[in-house]
Amino acid sequence: MRKIENVICPVCGSLCDDITVYVEDNRVVEVENTCAVGRAKFLNYGLHRKPKPLIRKNGELKEASIEEAVRRSAEILTESKYPILYGWSSTSCEAIRVGLELAEEVGGIIDNTSTVCHGPSILSIQDVGIPSCTLGQLRHRADLVIYWGSDPYSAHPRHIERYTVFSEGRFQKSGWRSFIRRLSGKLVKKRLSRVAELILRRKLTFPEEKYALPPYFISEEERKLVVVDVRKTRTAEVADYFLQVKPNTDYEVLQALRMLVNDQDLEVDEVAGIPVKTLEDLADLMISCDLGILFFGVGLTMSKGKLRNVDAALSLVRDLNKRTKFLIMPMRGHYNVTGANVVFTWQTGYPYAVDFSLGYPRYNPGETSVVDILRRGECDAGLVIASDPVSNFPASAAKTLVDNPLIVIDPDVTPTSMMADVVFPSAYIGIEAEGTAYRMDHVPLRLKKVVEPPPNCLPDQEILARILREVRRIRRG
Amino acid sequence: MALLIRNGYVYDPMNGIDGEKMDILVEGGKIVDKLKSAEYEVIDASGMIVMPGGVDIHSHIAGSEVNAGRLLRPEDHAKDVELKTEITRSGVGYSVPSTFTTGYRYAKMGYTTVMNPSMPPLEAKHTHEELCDTPIIDKATYPLLGDWWFVLEYLRDGKIEECALHVAWMLYATKGYAIKIVNPGGLEAWGFGRNVRDIDDPVPYFNVTPREIIRGLCKVNKLLHLPHTIHVHTNNLGKPGNYETTLQTMKCVEDLSSGDKPCIHITHCQFSAFKGVDWREFYSGAEDIAKYVNFHKHVTMDMGQVIFTDTTTMTADGPFQYILHELTGNKWVNHDVETETSSGIVPFRYRRRSYVHSIQWCIGLELALLIRNPWRIFLTTDHPNAGPFTSYPQVIGWLISRKAREETLSKLNKRARETALLPSIDREYSLYEVAIATRAGQARALGLKDKGHLGVGGDADIAIYDVDPRKIGPSTQYDEYVKAFSKAAYTIKEGEIVVRNGEVVKVLDGKTYWVKVSSNSEYEVSEDMKRRFTEYWTVQFDNYPVSEAYLKRSKPVQVESEV
Repeated sequence: MRKIENVICPVCGSLCDDITVYVEDNRVVEVENTCAVGRAKFLNYGLHRKPKPLIRKNGELKEASIEEAVRRSAEILTESKYPILYGWSSTSCEAIRVGLELAEEVGGIIDNTSTVCHGPSILSIQDVGIPSCTLGQLRHRADLVIYWGSDPYSAHPRHIERYTVFSEGRFQKSGWRSFIRRLSGKLVKKRLSRVAELILRRKLTFPEEKYALPPYFISEEERKLVVVDVRKTRTAEVADYFLQVKPNTDYEVLQALRMLVNDQDLEVDEVAGIPVKTLEDLADLMISCDLGILFFGVGLTMSKGKLRNVDAALSLVRDLNKRTKFLIMPMRGHYNVTGANVVFTWQTGYPYAVDFSLGYPRYNPGETSVVDILRRGECDAGLVIASDPVSNFPASAAKTLVDNPLIVIDPDVTPTSMMADVVFPSAYIGIEAEGTAYRMDHVPLRLKKVVEPPPNCLPDQEILARILREVRRIRRG
Repeated sequence: MALLIRNGYVYDPMNGIDGEKMDILVEGGKIVDKLKSAEYEVIDASGMIVMPGGVDIHSHIAGSEVNAGRLLRPEDHAKDVELKTEITRSGVGYSVPSTFTTGYRYAKMGYTTVMNPSMPPLEAKHTHEELCDTPIIDKATYPLLGDWWFVLEYLRDGKIEECALHVAWMLYATKGYAIKIVNPGGLEAWGFGRNVRDIDDPVPYFNVTPREIIRGLCKVNKLLHLPHTIHVHTNNLGKPGNYETTLQTMKCVEDLSSGDKPCIHITHCQFSAFKGVDWREFYSGAEDIAKYVNFHKHVTMDMGQVIFTDTTTMTADGPFQYILHELTGNKWVNHDVETETSSGIVPFRYRRRSYVHSIQWCIGLELALLIRNPWRIFLTTDHPNAGPFTSYPQVIGWLISRKAREETLSKLNKRARETALLPSIDREYSLYEVAIATRAGQARALGLKDKGHLGVGGDADIAIYDVDPRKIGPSTQYDEYVKAFSKAAYTIKEGEIVVRNGEVVKVLDGKTYWVKVSSNSEYEVSEDMKRRFTEYWTVQFDNYPVSEAYLKRSKPVQVESEV
């Protein structure tokens, strides 16, 4: 049995790189340090995979050779007038570079999953900018951590223990101790009140102010965790303070906080149901911290207002920098969606929704973004890699995708691959193939290969390179 | 491929050749004195200038900071596009071009070597990935070390040799070329939103001063025998009155120089040559700086010349970039890198109407014209901070022609025009001096032995410009020279013709230079550092270094160190 250390987990934007993997008979048999999601990937990858390329003939997907699949794919792309190449967020940067070259060669649209996730964040960043950092800065310095519209406990399980409140830094201790203290305090209070009830023979009620901040906040030296969300998530349960906002009201709350931070008066008593007193306390908390961080997720990007919500959040944090050190970071989902944005940007100047049909890169989300193009029925072929749009896109968009010739490159069987005309089973990046990926804070890491892939499962980079070669051959001849 | 470049007017300052009509012979990617091959291509360079390929000591072209700038400025890209051709990839310009466009545009100007000056070590892989997608030119990059925790701690404790060993490791791990220092101490202070006031203001929590950091790294540089000197972006950059900090910075390593060799490079000095107390009482400090440089041999610098245009500022100087955001109200990106450094990006427009910008424009040229020795001051615009690199020919025009300067001056802010020193400076650069400022001087300062000259054994990186120095006077017909330098008649890289008449005709991959230090003691990192590594960074020690696989063509430069 082989033991491989410092393996990087290819699941979420946390890109934890301290994983230990045990390999036996070319199979991962055990892992250490992963969260439940990482563990599931390492131990269960490829269980449902069909390790041979497929081509649809007479309505049915039939096994084919790699060469046939490459040829058919190249034919589809060269015959198409306006193909889309979509996905990219769960593959390596090396593959993305080839993908961009291919999209440019066929004059198509290339887009990644930001288009349905943090695209609005990117649009707002292009308007406002973004005061941000790498995650280590937070481990060392952040004493106020806010997760807004994001639930790391479920989506980035090790985030809090590796990078924020439960991590140990040079200037800030872990908040783990105070969390245990508070937990014990709650238990003691529960027991004491139960005893009191037995003695007094009646139920005790404690008037609880729904929105009040805990009294210890101002005096507490240790790290504080604040969660803002529409429901009490698992993360909210371990937070020092949870602020419940009504759905689709984040924009007003963020702008109200901005006003307070800029020393403006709020002429109302409450904003979106939250008393102004609470917002004032929250603003005080933000101003008086040493270094604060606001993480935000799809709760902001995909609720009413979308990019305006992110605009308000970015502007709030920017304004806070007049008073203290405050940073903001989007919680990126896929392990290399950041890499997709990064590679797209350095090669084309634009982070997603890039159109090559005029021979140079054009960027106009809404016009050049994939979901919109599909809904308008404007494209006539598709290549989907490392993502599953049939599951995730609006039905009208998915329909256009499957009504036209579709090439799918994916290690797994997915609803998208089941509707495809050509399917390439690829190797899992980070397990069966090497590659570079970018963490949510833009730190690049090299994912390792720990086992050999099955014979017909090539790395994405190689599949795309072969398709590109064949496309060029067809064009020349 | 063998070449015979015939009858050109050759400017090769490293070999003392000043416009002599002579032939240049190229074979096997090198300059030779005799062609072995019977078949060779002849380039008729009659009536043309032949120079070594351009060398740029400081230009932000790759890495996380640059890419954040690209992301921030879709409006900048939309106005300047490059179509795909049979041999070139498509792309976008203007102030922060995409990577392919960057390589092509440098080659079109006859440049063949470019140094990327700001690489956060933790994100080094990103810099190298982008450099690999930057075609044609040879490149290198400098890791930011002036605020690295290990540097701060070792220098605070006076452990110069330990520091040197770890710097050597860092150059190896990041495939870097030189020690870059930006606002030393200030970037660590910016971790909590602060800055340092001058070179004796101690860094919060670390109890070490910028003076100690600069001196310490200067000593480290000498111990390691690195090809370039420490490359310094001074404290207080962009602040009125900062010329004094710059003088102090240069003075603080005066005693560390040996003989005539420089031991410090002050980069984009224009931004560090402000005299006065605020934006109204604002003057040029170039004269004071030039006076110092003229009497001391240990300093080299580059201009950081302002161009009147809409551009993008990007530096590792987080606190300064924040100030720029407050000043302009423009959108602002900040990216602090744990344990190491920071960065900031803010779009910026230099306006002729502005008194301050007009003086800034004067400062860069005053530095170049008042510093007598052309081997000490080089042509840059700190691309893209003071202007895009595609403006270099314009700067050449200002250097060679007083008339060109007067023409621009006539359109500037009146108060600046009437009070600045520049209008009274007569000096005009000769083409020999231009060759030093854009090629030979930069290559020599960088310690690149095969670059910046046309002597036998040098790399066959050659630029040929279609303007006849015997017929067309630079002083009066400067626009002919600006045109010629914008569009090389021929650019030759490693003996291959890559540009003809300003168009890319062949694409190849350039080399990435980096320094490999062989030391007397093991510079393997100690167990103690490995343990502290996981405490300091959020990545594992094994996942930190950049393997040579990230460099398409790796060119290690071997140096022998004293530790």
